[in-house]
Amino acid sequence: MALLPDLARSPALREFTYWMHRYRRTWRGTVVVNVANPLLFLAAMGVGLGRLVDDGGSDHLHGATYLAFFAPGLLAAAAMQNAFLDSAGPVFQSARQRGNYRAAAATPMRPADILTGHLLFTGFRVLTSALAFVVVIVATGAVPWRHSLLLLPAALLTGLAFAAPVAAWAVTVTRSTRINGVFRFVLLPMYMFSGTFYSTTQLPDWLRAVVSVTPLYQGIQLCRELALGTAAPLDSGVHVLYLAAMATAGLLLGRRTYTRHLYG
Amino acid sequence: MTVLSAPHTAVHHGRLRGAGNMVARNLLIYRHTWYLLLAEVFEPVLYLLSIGVGIGQLVGRVPGLGDSPVAYSAFVAPALLATAAMNGAMNETTFNMFAKLRLNRTYESIRATPMTAQHIALGEALWAVLRGTLITTGFLVVVSVLGLAHSAGILLVLPGAALIGFAFASAGLVVVTYLRSWQDFQFIQLAMLPMFLFATTFYPLGVYPRWLQIVVECLPLYQSIELVRQPSLGQVGFQLLVPVVYLTVFGAVSLRWAMRRIDRALTR
Amino acid sequence: MTVTISSELLVQASALRKVYDSGFVAVDGIDFQLRRGEAFGFLGPNGAGKSSTMRMLGCVSPLSAGSLRMLGLETAEHGPEIRARIGVVPQDDTLDTELTVRENLLIYGRYFGLGRAVIRERAERLLEFARLTDKADAQVEALSGGMRRRLTIARALVNEPEILLLDEPTTGLDPQARHLLWERLYQLKADGVTLVLTTHYMDEAEQLCDRLVVMDAGRIVAEGSPQDLIRTHATREVLELRFPPGEQQLTAGRLAALAERVEVLPDRVLLYCEDGETALAAVHAERITPLTALVRRASLEDVFLTLTGRTLVD
Ligand SMILES: Nc1ncnc2c1ncn2[C@@H]1O[C@H](COP(=O)(O)OP(=O)(O)O)[C@@H](O)[C@H]1O
Ligand SMILES: [Mg+2]
Repeated sequence: MALLPDLARSPALREFTYWMHRYRRTWRGTVVVNVANPLLFLAAMGVGLGRLVDDGGSDHLHGATYLAFFAPGLLAAAAMQNAFLDSAGPVFQSARQRGNYRAAAATPMRPADILTGHLLFTGFRVLTSALAFVVVIVATGAVPWRHSLLLLPAALLTGLAFAAPVAAWAVTVTRSTRINGVFRFVLLPMYMFSGTFYSTTQLPDWLRAVVSVTPLYQGIQLCRELALGTAAPLDSGVHVLYLAAMATAGLLLGRRTYTRHLYG
Repeated sequence: MTVLSAPHTAVHHGRLRGAGNMVARNLLIYRHTWYLLLAEVFEPVLYLLSIGVGIGQLVGRVPGLGDSPVAYSAFVAPALLATAAMNGAMNETTFNMFAKLRLNRTYESIRATPMTAQHIALGEALWAVLRGTLITTGFLVVVSVLGLAHSAGILLVLPGAALIGFAFASAGLVVVTYLRSWQDFQFIQLAMLPMFLFATTFYPLGVYPRWLQIVVECLPLYQSIELVRQPSLGQVGFQLLVPVVYLTVFGAVSLRWAMRRIDRALTR
Repeated sequence: MTVTISSELLVQASALRKVYDSGFVAVDGIDFQLRRGEAFGFLGPNGAGKSSTMRMLGCVSPLSAGSLRMLGLETAEHGPEIRARIGVVPQDDTLDTELTVRENLLIYGRYFGLGRAVIRERAERLLEFARLTDKADAQVEALSGGMRRRLTIARALVNEPEILLLDEPTTGLDPQARHLLWERLYQLKADGVTLVLTTHYMDEAEQLCDRLVVMDAGRIVAEGSPQDLIRTHATREVLELRFPPGEQQLTAGRLAALAERVEVLPDRVLLYCEDGETALAAVHAERITPLTALVRRASLEDVFLTLTGRTLVD
């Protein structure tokens, strides 16, 4: 109990409140990207393309239907995309044109609090979008509900593994085209090749080695193991540790870049 | 400096001359930022390599248009090509034009010259078609290098891409006049993404129940994909007139509407 | 060579009205005429309807009522032809931010249908004129406010216009940039370009305009040369008095008898008179002791105050 009043007064929470306040005006518009976008992919690829794939009867999917295979992968990929969208552009704008970071830095809030507050908000957004998605995939029967509970923290962890390093980088960005560039040339290829749409076992060995060190691959594997009920403590533990390490490294790096940028 | 010395020459732009000025302006800018076009070639190539090849292994062959089934990547490639032409043109008349129309007020300064809203609309559409065709050409080169161009009919793809570009550039011109802020672009995405996903890009029409097939057949992207897919798979015939007529009418009607809307948007 | 009256009149506006879609009447029936070579000004506070008038003159904003002939042509029917022969400097710079300084001039010339060689030659001359030659290859975003303004003016001259429309050419510039700009405008005037400008700075109107109209709430409230207007609507000199807070109201009544007219502003009292020193002596004789006293010549600001009871810049 003693923790709660402290938390409510914490400066990071004030930054979180700022973002929630803005969010109350804009959430309707963002539903389109965060929720509709993955659900459309789920319907088109999981269901439509699934009919072709299931007819083909490949053993790369280990006996799962294509929808059951694809859905958890898409969950992780959507967590990545939403985390990026909420931490790259908004951090860049806050630090540059909009100036609300500078305004916040002029209060007793420390740069670390501003970063933490922003990540709390990004986490909130990733989690709510994931919740909507998980409800749908459980309802369609693609994932049994018993397997679905751990999917939410897994998606959140995947999101934070991106949000923290991306925010740490975005605060240093000087031109908005960079952000589009990273989305196009880093995130999109990762999305395409990290096993969202098909098993990485289909890839040539060298590409598979490259892919397996990407955070998205780790997130997808974690979500997929949980959803298909094939999670094993060792394998899944490695994924969790990897993602947690990314998030922590991003947070530590971000404290430095935020401090340098906001006080520099 | 004497300003009044030169004899005055009456200037009344022909339509194409005026439109050409817009194209000249945009070319000047793309001299510095041509690599942005490469980024737009990159995206369909990624889809092709990932989904076309990766999913292709899972799917095997799909029932094609004629009698023989075709490899999955050969089925997907033309659809991605049509989509590239669509996006290449429409991104220009929505994203890029929005800034010029609402934020930088570029067109306001152009309208202070003998240029009219008609010149501006026609010029931007022309430029967008050029851009969409260029992107498609880039993608086509990749497709050919990957050995996915099976028929000489593939050469029909370029005029096809220009027509697709024209249809969607004009539609984009209409849409951009209704946008109030960057947030509104979400609504474009809300229309374009389902169209991209469901207009037989990744699997044939036969997957759907009949009523849904009819809905899909009415989509401009479906018609665009047909225009490219049929010749790519070696089917060249009179049935191609359907998408040709559809896209021509769609583009022409949109362009007329856009000219009126842009004139109004620039008149206070 | 004889010049007929009709060719002399470059602009004839009568009963000009602008009503926006919202129903707001921005320009409420104004008449004015403009001769070749003149420098003509619209002086008025924000919201007076100056920019609305300028946009109609620029043939980009349709008239709601009245008639407007420019260069002998009806604006409603001949927009593109008229625009080919005028230059426009809008209130907010609308430079093409995706292009460099020189490219802005080159492309703008094309919009007028000019040949490449002609544009190239003019662009260099105009860069010189605008003192931007060493910035020719810079991005527009890198320019200072004054430089942008000069580039906008240079751009408006690329078609060698017969009339140059300038909407608040120096608003927002620092004094040095303003003076440089004024000097450039004198140059144009000396070259015979007909200037139409709007401003809410009376010093600018006095310096640049041969003739001006004072606008308020969409109407013209006075017209003439700056000297005429001051002579007609103000006295020769003005005595400005400041008082300690609270005392102004008490003394204002006693001052009324000491001048032709007294204007009480929030922070000072103005006494309109032929001779300021005499009036000040009278003030002292009445044992009124202001904090400060200043005698100055009457200006257009006073004209505006007399006509509307308000100050130009608030
Ligand atoms: N497009 C418009 N729609 C509605 N009202 C307008 C528009 N443009 C200007 N106004 C209004 O018309 C009035 C006159 O504006 P304007 O001509 O810009 O005045 P000025 O240039 O003298 O400051 C203002 O009250 C302004 O709010
Ligand atoms: Mg104005």
